[in-house]
Amino acid sequence: MKRLVKIYMEKPELAALVLLIVLIIVFQIRSDGVFLNANNLRGILGILPEIGLMVIGVTILMICGEFDLSVGSVFAVMPMTMAVLMADGTPFYLAFLAGMAVCAAIGFVNGYVTIKFNIPSFITTLGMLFIARSLTIVISGGFPPLLPNDLPNWLFTVFVGPGDLFRMSFIWFVIIALAASLMMSRTNFGNWVRATGGFLPAAQAMGIPTARVKITCFMLCSMLAGFAGMIQVLRLGSPLPSIGEGWELQAVAAAVIGGTALSGGIGAVAGGVIGAILIRVIDNGLVLSQVDANWFKFAIGFLTIFAVVANSWLGKRAKAIKVET
Amino acid sequence: MTQPMISVRNLHKWYSGVHALKDVSLDFAPNEAVGLIGDNGAGKSTLINILSGAQEASEGEILIDGRPVNISNPRDAMDLGIETIYQYNSMVPTMSIARNLFIGREPLKFSLFGLGVMDRKKMAEESVQAIADVDLHLRSPDALIGELSGGQRQGVAIARAMHFKSKVMILDEPTNHLAVKETNKVIGFVRSLKEMNITGIFISHNIHHVFDCCDRIVAMARGEVVLDRRTNDTNMDEIMDVL
Ligand SMILES: Nc1ncnc2c1ncn2[C@@H]1O[C@H](COP(=O)(O)OP(=O)(O)O)[C@@H](O)[C@H]1O
Ligand SMILES: [Mg+2]
Repeated sequence: MKRLVKIYMEKPELAALVLLIVLIIVFQIRSDGVFLNANNLRGILGILPEIGLMVIGVTILMICGEFDLSVGSVFAVMPMTMAVLMADGTPFYLAFLAGMAVCAAIGFVNGYVTIKFNIPSFITTLGMLFIARSLTIVISGGFPPLLPNDLPNWLFTVFVGPGDLFRMSFIWFVIIALAASLMMSRTNFGNWVRATGGFLPAAQAMGIPTARVKITCFMLCSMLAGFAGMIQVLRLGSPLPSIGEGWELQAVAAAVIGGTALSGGIGAVAGGVIGAILIRVIDNGLVLSQVDANWFKFAIGFLTIFAVVANSWLGKRAKAIKVET
Repeated sequence: MTQPMISVRNLHKWYSGVHALKDVSLDFAPNEAVGLIGDNGAGKSTLINILSGAQEASEGEILIDGRPVNISNPRDAMDLGIETIYQYNSMVPTMSIARNLFIGREPLKFSLFGLGVMDRKKMAEESVQAIADVDLHLRSPDALIGELSGGQRQGVAIARAMHFKSKVMILDEPTNHLAVKETNKVIGFVRSLKEMNITGIFISHNIHHVFDCCDRIVAMARGEVVLDRRTNDTNMDEIMDVL
């Protein structure tokens, strides 16, 4: 029993999960039951995949000991690339592949420069934040191109599920979240990612190709952010060059709220997903409770700090519970 | 002398200006425990880093069972049966014992291009066995390395090296920061390598430890081997003199 309590207290995503449940109850009461009705859930679940997919990539990269501030800009550059190509008559799927290739290239550059020149990824990706945003505006020609009419919305944005509760994008999100979670917990690659971020010299001494592992995580992170951006553009129907601004910090906040440590080696995809849901729930719940919307950022900021403090406290308490090792 | 298990021939290493190894040639027999001693900066770590693939020699040759081998990364060394226990800890504190034991060598249920799904049942079972084999008493392979004492961690590192059936076991100052009791355990372990036909290379700056468990003593100074004797044919004074 003690052992079980200890294991649960050590789960870094636990604090966020408890908080999520509490907030859902509070919002449900304060909104007189509107919060959990089908219409409102549809709103939350429709947007969740866009930040959620970004958070999955950011979480994995942070577990690997690195950091990506460029995801918000990549979120915009991927659909803009596609829109420009499609305006020139390129079919959707080719444009999609080209967009993903751009994301992969950006992730590669982020990782390669960080490792090759041994500089903090904070700096590399801060630079990329500006570069990718600038490129988005440049290739749009200052005027976002019109999207063609024959887009495969059935694959990404149509409402599906019981009572049309969520969009297709939600299914993508669930599948990718599960796959990412299994990759981290069940595959040798996941083991390498955690070892690389947990203690780099040990990972190197055991022969893990740490540079390749890191670059792969950077690429994965960029590609997920770009994919998420495409989904948002399909939902909105127009490729605005400003989408995703500020999201890089929300994504980091979500990962941290979900128990991922900035220092690497600690965290879980599930935690990031819970963090992303929390952010969506707070955004929506504040509006429903008729709180001034400007409190949203305050709440996210407060939660980020609170989650880290709570996790460190839980971790210490867990250590204090003596079980035989 | 029988065929050496591992030999180095005319090894040189330069670090931009520093000549850290100067023409080092040594033979290590199977079932021989060799103590490598010398002051800080003598080149001990450089020598064993080259053997364990953490660094590459600037010049020279490494032979295993008489055949020249190429060791350009830690994986090469491990595949050749060279296991290293480092002076800093080669364990990831935020990961479990079972996961640490198999980092980079995870048993897979199926795989594609070397990536695949880990056989976690096998990892749990084998890590319990590996830990028991080195007389370490830990109840769960799921405990995090970060929760173990320095001695326990070193024990897990030894269990890992033993589990992968090494031919050559290198211990680079493994007793630093250990309590007396734990240090004695490591020394006992170095002695026991002989029965298992494993070549042990034990680096320490504590000369007593080396006399306690090694058959042969090699002393290094300023990148060169300055003394190479059977433990029985030398004494501490002679060694103090050359260092
Ligand atoms: N990575 C490195 N870069 C530059 N010089 C190094 C490096 N590693 C060791 N040295 C130098 O090589 C010499 C031998 O060091 P080392 O092998 O660590 O000695 P020991 O382990 O015997 O204390 C020292 O002069 C040290 O400063
Ligand atoms: Mg040394």
